[in-house]
Amino acid sequence: MSAPTFTAVGTRPIRHDGVDKVTGRANYGADLSLPGMLYGVVVRSPHTHARIVSIDTSAAAKVPGVKGIVTGKDVPLIDAKLGMGEGALDLKDLSDNALARSKALYHGHAVAAIAATSLAAAHEAAALVRVEYEILEPVLTVDRAMESGAPILHDTMTTQARPPIEQSGPTNVAGRMELRRGDIEQGFRDADVIVEHVFRTPTSHQGYIEPHACVARVNEDGRISIWTSTQGPFLVRDATAMMLGLDAANVKVTPSEIGGGFGGKIPVYLEPLAVLLARMTQRPVKMVMTRDEVFRATGPTSATKIRMKMGAKRDGTIVAASASLYYEAGAYRGSPSGAGAMCAFAPYRIPNFFIEAYDVVVNKPKVAAYRAPGSPMAALATESLIDEIATQLGLDKVEIRLKNAVQEGDLAPYGPPYGRIGFREVLEQVRNSDHWKSAVKPGVGRGLACGFWFNAGMSSSATVTLGADGSAAVVTGNPDIGGTRAAQALMVAEELGVPVERVRPSVADTDTAGYTDLTAGSRTCYATGMAVVEASRDVREQLRGRAAKIWGVPIEETRWEHGRVEPVNPSADRQPLTVAEIAAKLSKTGGPIIGRAAVNPPMAGPAFAAHICDLEVDRETGCSRVVRYTAVQDVGKAVHPSYVEGQMQGGASQGIGWALNEEYVYNASGVMENAGFLDYRMPVASDLPMIDTILVEVPTPGHPYGVRGVGEVPIVPPLAAVANAMADATGIRFTELPLSPPRVLARLLEEAPAAVGAGA
Amino acid sequence: MHTVRYEAPGTIAGALDIMASAPGAMVLAGGTDLLVQYQSGLKRPAVFLDVKRIPEMMAIVVDADGATIGAAAPAAVICADRTLQAWYPGLVEGVHLIGSTQIQGRGSIGGNLCNGSPAADSVCALIADRAVARIAGPTGTREVPVEAFMRGPGRTALAPGELLVAVRLPKPAPHTADAYQRLIPRSEMDIAVASCGVSLTFDATGTCTAARVAIGAVAPTPLLVLDAAAALVGTTVDPEALDRAAAAASAAAHPIDDRRGTAAYRRTVVGVLTKRVAALAAARAKER
Ligand SMILES: Cc1cc2nc3c(=O)[nH]c(=O)nc-3n(C[C@H](O)[C@H](O)[C@H](O)COP(=O)(O)OP(=O)(O)OC[C@H]3O[C@@H](n4cnc5c(N)ncnc54)[C@H](O)[C@@H]3O)c2cc1C
Repeated sequence: MSAPTFTAVGTRPIRHDGVDKVTGRANYGADLSLPGMLYGVVVRSPHTHARIVSIDTSAAAKVPGVKGIVTGKDVPLIDAKLGMGEGALDLKDLSDNALARSKALYHGHAVAAIAATSLAAAHEAAALVRVEYEILEPVLTVDRAMESGAPILHDTMTTQARPPIEQSGPTNVAGRMELRRGDIEQGFRDADVIVEHVFRTPTSHQGYIEPHACVARVNEDGRISIWTSTQGPFLVRDATAMMLGLDAANVKVTPSEIGGGFGGKIPVYLEPLAVLLARMTQRPVKMVMTRDEVFRATGPTSATKIRMKMGAKRDGTIVAASASLYYEAGAYRGSPSGAGAMCAFAPYRIPNFFIEAYDVVVNKPKVAAYRAPGSPMAALATESLIDEIATQLGLDKVEIRLKNAVQEGDLAPYGPPYGRIGFREVLEQVRNSDHWKSAVKPGVGRGLACGFWFNAGMSSSATVTLGADGSAAVVTGNPDIGGTRAAQALMVAEELGVPVERVRPSVADTDTAGYTDLTAGSRTCYATGMAVVEASRDVREQLRGRAAKIWGVPIEETRWEHGRVEPVNPSADRQPLTVAEIAAKLSKTGGPIIGRAAVNPPMAGPAFAAHICDLEVDRETGCSRVVRYTAVQDVGKAVHPSYVEGQMQGGASQGIGWALNEEYVYNASGVMENAGFLDYRMPVASDLPMIDTILVEVPTPGHPYGVRGVGEVPIVPPLAAVANAMADATGIRFTELPLSPPRVLARLLEEAPAAVGAGA
Repeated sequence: MHTVRYEAPGTIAGALDIMASAPGAMVLAGGTDLLVQYQSGLKRPAVFLDVKRIPEMMAIVVDADGATIGAAAPAAVICADRTLQAWYPGLVEGVHLIGSTQIQGRGSIGGNLCNGSPAADSVCALIADRAVARIAGPTGTREVPVEAFMRGPGRTALAPGELLVAVRLPKPAPHTADAYQRLIPRSEMDIAVASCGVSLTFDATGTCTAARVAIGAVAPTPLLVLDAAAALVGTTVDPEALDRAAAAASAAAHPIDDRRGTAAYRRTVVGVLTKRVAALAAARAKER
């Protein structure tokens, strides 16, 4: 395919929603207030694992201003699943997570919700709800959860296993899957060098700045409106309706601006409670989580334990690899261990491998998706082992990866052959980069790591309307997390030749927009973008029709060329017509023009990334600092390069935080001790250098511009890139995250006490 | 329902009257600790007693013998004061680490002290600089050295009805300088895992004649470590003396394991900090 040339795509206009956002005008989840509105709060379990014996709300109900209280008994028991493309949502679990029925499964699990005329009254009442608990032993690690005799979270849980396994009574192992290829024993026998480690990563949170927030209103006729901060308004509509036994046709969801999600704003938490309370009180109900609640009861991603072994020939060819992945699911099934298994070896051509992945429930909040769910932890293991093999064999870290890198036609570990992919191109850019070629400063270690992510397709719709003034508007149902409005406007501008400033992109509610799946899976610019391009081309076709009418020729005698309609056979009275010229005559040529498209494309081409990290380590204190960082990624086609770079920089920043300091700190009874941004140490701006980016553009076949998803893969390499840099700086292989100063210093003192000065 | 009164007297006497009549009154200086604790339900004052309208509590007064810093004077004003910068660079360093630009517009030394955190960033330098707390109460005024002001996490030497008015620092002797550093895993917006403030005085030959070493976040209160100071006095603050001071600081520390760091870690790094901060103070003093 010859590379298409672009006029608008690839430029960097200011985002259409930018001024509202930087001036504070943009409306986020907590910004809406309605007349007569009540304030809802959630009563949460103070225990990590407990049976709910009884709930007495009588004292709470007497607090002046309290209008309604709901508990698990008020939520209908349903047994339904909601398909979501990548995996079905179990609504029974989701509903039990939103409001516990018989058991509190983690500290912070919702047990009741209260609506009152003021927040203060609601809090006062919350303190008066008396819950009698029978306290049970908490299960806090996969190791404990899988021991025989461990407390069981769900009496009815069996292991969903592929291939099937023999079931023996209730278990905490919610799932198991495996992937294999070749002859693993022979593979290891053929290896000249074998490395093996057990890796652990902690529970970590997406850390979106905006807490979950919503307002619900129930009308006299039963119609329900929900305003909420979400990655999927249609999912909120369908899940809330199904959980509460309502007709989704009566539910309208309006997404607010969204202050970050990263996967964590896919689940519903507050919406069903707000609807229940609004229905009970016949008043609008607003619910906003505190940061403390966000940490204790939403997100996080799985803590993991991964045992991995890898064998290679002396020349660096990987001949065998095996891995056992244990991912915490939190309180209900659904960890991304399967995705972790599929991603772990995806960048490399490995003839013999075996990988098994376990989904294990523990008494922690139910995990939610987090940017490339499951892949970063797996990559920590894979990329650490490759790094170690290269070190042992004295091979260059780029060359060993190039030697084993997958390319078009190679089979992915999960089955199908890869199409056009850009991993080798990415590695070549690493090799040619200033960063890789620069000398490493004393006291600094350099790490390289790679990552893989799938990129979703799924369903999307778009409409494009043309104004008589030649401007255009584009409407989709995807909340704009990463700059998708600007990207969509660029696509319309590209297709119609309208200046991008004169394209108005907007995100509509579920009654107004055509159905679209989540803003997730790196899919919006790809799949919804495809709908936008097709809808724009639909407009183009209609413009040709109007030109044909003006010229009095059949449509076949017109063509779209140079951003305007041109006659196939030009003549004096048939001069090319611009969009503006045709638009000015709309009312005389048949009325308004609306283009529409609905698409359901397959998965986009997968994305590969490689990151280079320079880490400076203070050997006396164990403190470390990223001093230089470069992210290289195959982005397919960068529609708005600044926002693509922003995704790469954001993913790298989150991954660096996960590697260095972020972790849920639990006490022995499973209570999180650092539920705030002060002690849940995400990096602040001054912690990081400018993250340099190198965009590699290997187009995805099947997309009009070659777009690939870009939002998730950049969080895959950093965990290992940082750990590999630490290994380079200290000579010590760290296999447990985070690489916080106390952990690093303890190992430094253990391995080389003499090298560390002063102190006790 | 819980209600709060707000009062903003213009004099110390007025403030003391309110404290006497309303036992649930809490002093509101910058509010950067108090309001956070109030919002999270940790503190429930009956009265917010705003002291920012009391001139002597907001003032910074410099005279021939030293400086008096009003307990409620904002960090930003302290950091911009030329005399304080010249006389107590370590104290200014510590105050400058408190929070962010926004926090510094309001947060005060008085609040930092009275909040009673062992990790408070202004306190080690105050101790090293021989600062004294000036306290007003129903029975008159009294003075307490800052090292005796903190009594435990959240506890101070203030009796009920007493108010911290100011801290008084003596003018540094010739060839004297202070320094302060804290260790945090991030670069800012974090709470000290360990900290150290040092003030050193040298004679004309370069021998250390007086030393004060204070360490923070490694015990229930910031500690004045006499052994660490003794290790430096009479030396040129050479590497061996620094190592001895570091060992003394580590030995004096009795930290706990918590979400911010392990006890063993804190004990080790407070020694490293002591060494580094003392070297910095020495370099500064020798330039004077
Ligand atoms: C985002 C953020 C970051 C922070 N970072 C740091 C940091 O890096 N380092 C650090 O040390 N601190 C930090 N703090 C804590 C706080 O800002 C400091 O402790 C500050 O010095 C408190 O001063 P304030 O005037 O705001 O005190 P206030 O909140 O007004 O008062 C604190 C306490 O002292 C009492 N009090 C105040 N003044 C008096 C007085 N004159 N007499 C008697 N009692 C009094 C109050 O009643 C209250 O109990 C941070 C706080 C925030 C919110």
